[in-house]
Amino acid sequence: MIWETVRLSLRSIRRNVLRSFLTLLGIVIGVAAVIAMLTIGSGTTEKVKADISKLGSNLLVVRSGRPAGPGGPGGLDQVVRPLAEKDLAALVAHLTGARAISPASQKQVRVIFGTESLTSGVTGTDSAYLDARDWKLVSGRPFSDSETRSGTGVCLIGQTVRQQFFGAGDPEGEIIRVNRTSCKIIGLLEPKGYTGFGQDQDNVVLMPLHAYQRRIAGNRDIDNIYIAADDTTPTSELQPRVEDILRDIRRVTADRESDFAIRDMTQMADAMASATTTMTGMLGAVAGVSLLVGGIGIMNIMLVSVTERTREIGIRLAIGAHEKHILIQFLVEATVLSLLGGIIGILIGLALAGLASVALTIPFAPSPAVILLAVGFSAVIGMVFGFFPALRGARLDPIDALRHE
Amino acid sequence: MSAPLLITFDKVWKSYGEGEARVHALAGVDLAIRRGEFVAITGPSGSGKSTAMNIIGCLDTPTVGTYSFIGVDAGRLDRNRRALLRNLYVGFVFQGYNLLPRTTAAENVELPLIYRGVAARERRDLAMQALAEVALIGREHHTPAELSGGQQQRVAIARAIVTRPTLLVADEPTGNLDTARTHEIMELLTRLNADLGLTIVMVTHEADVAAYAERTIRFLDGHVAADTANAEAA
Repeated sequence: MIWETVRLSLRSIRRNVLRSFLTLLGIVIGVAAVIAMLTIGSGTTEKVKADISKLGSNLLVVRSGRPAGPGGPGGLDQVVRPLAEKDLAALVAHLTGARAISPASQKQVRVIFGTESLTSGVTGTDSAYLDARDWKLVSGRPFSDSETRSGTGVCLIGQTVRQQFFGAGDPEGEIIRVNRTSCKIIGLLEPKGYTGFGQDQDNVVLMPLHAYQRRIAGNRDIDNIYIAADDTTPTSELQPRVEDILRDIRRVTADRESDFAIRDMTQMADAMASATTTMTGMLGAVAGVSLLVGGIGIMNIMLVSVTERTREIGIRLAIGAHEKHILIQFLVEATVLSLLGGIIGILIGLALAGLASVALTIPFAPSPAVILLAVGFSAVIGMVFGFFPALRGARLDPIDALRHE
Repeated sequence: MSAPLLITFDKVWKSYGEGEARVHALAGVDLAIRRGEFVAITGPSGSGKSTAMNIIGCLDTPTVGTYSFIGVDAGRLDRNRRALLRNLYVGFVFQGYNLLPRTTAAENVELPLIYRGVAARERRDLAMQALAEVALIGREHHTPAELSGGQQQRVAIARAIVTRPTLLVADEPTGNLDTARTHEIMELLTRLNADLGLTIVMVTHEADVAAYAERTIRFLDGHVAADTANAEAA
């Protein structure tokens, strides 16, 4: 009986291919939008988490200024006393439980090789930086301690910089110009890809801190200190130790707040992931509204269908169809229609999400739960919006219906 | 004739509208039809014959009075119970055939069986049997558009008898047909009446069509004006 009815509804959908398709469009667009949004969203979340763990697991980042929320600006409302080398030295000397401690000062600077140029993130740091950030060299060598101390003009470059200047060629030993200073390439960094926010992590040039301070920044400041915890020390334990040492060396009295901020990257990962999830949910809800519009379209077309087939309903009632038979027939038709839209929408949504994942280099993360939910939801829409037209058909008087032309 | 009563009208009134505009389509009709009878109902338009037919076929109910069908007070039943009664005991043949378009002859004939919950295989067999009785074997996969008027009406008759009903209600069954086809259809109805013992109530305004029946009930202004046995059929 149900199978019979499904076949019947498929036939009536086929009879009006264009009309059915246009009716479906609302549901297709709605479901496609929801699926694409949620799939891209969960991919982004994964990407953000992966990025932050790539940044270095168990990593604390110290920067000057009052502590602020994750991702927020570091106390723009006050005169900031920057971090200095004595702070770094105190940490290196006294901090236990750290695997690597490294300074990093950054600036976007124009880098030139021959006739080519590129604006890169230039970072002044030391030899511990690669360890702190879990970053490896594809070829060449890191800075030596003496190079770090003396501020020799040497540098390590990221894959994007290499690609721009040398293509697939070997960059080692070449001299590039960073700002107005020359710099010899001594090593090539492994690729890291884009962050979840579209930032190219391979468009970088690393140089010894002193060289950066003297030739690029023009001051002795340190923007950030990266501290990687060793395997047995959780960052939550490391954080107060760092704070104590820094308050001491920076002579922050007990009645004042710290004039530096320590950020725990693990916490940040969670915060960002939850922000992305919220965003995804909101976009999904907006897309859900179009499902409602699609439902109204289905209701409309089912009303037309019931009117068109009044005589058919009369015949069915006359030969002994129960009200519920007519009700079920039109309900099934509306549900099949909307389910069909749902399935097409899912395919389109997944295709869109697939394209987006290639374009944004985020993982393609379709969720079976979301897909099932979309299928169920579109079926429910068909039933809900098909109910009123179906009931109207079922309640027709057989004599009037038979007279209907 | 001593066959049991199938249909009785006891002072049946059917009225439409309110107050001044109230119209009585049937005004106190008494009527009895026995099992196995072949009855023609005639009369001019507005005489109440269609209303009487709708009540007989359990499509409609009297405003006042009692309509009893196979011993059931059918006039008091709700629409779903009457639907069940129609499905179990009544077959309909209409002037305009009323087949489902773009649906094959066999599928049209199967339709009442679907609402009875008969399994697909049995449905197919019963439908083929009914189509055989109206001599339409070989046309079962044709849609109404591919069939002539006479053939379409025979599909409609097959659909009406596939459930082995007690009563066949025919509303102007030959209204759209030429003389030769009319004769063909009437022969078929006469044969079904004789062979299957099918009770037939047929509405027609043509005297020569009514002549195929055993009995003619003539309606006029909501009353039974004449109720006569037809000589040649008796």
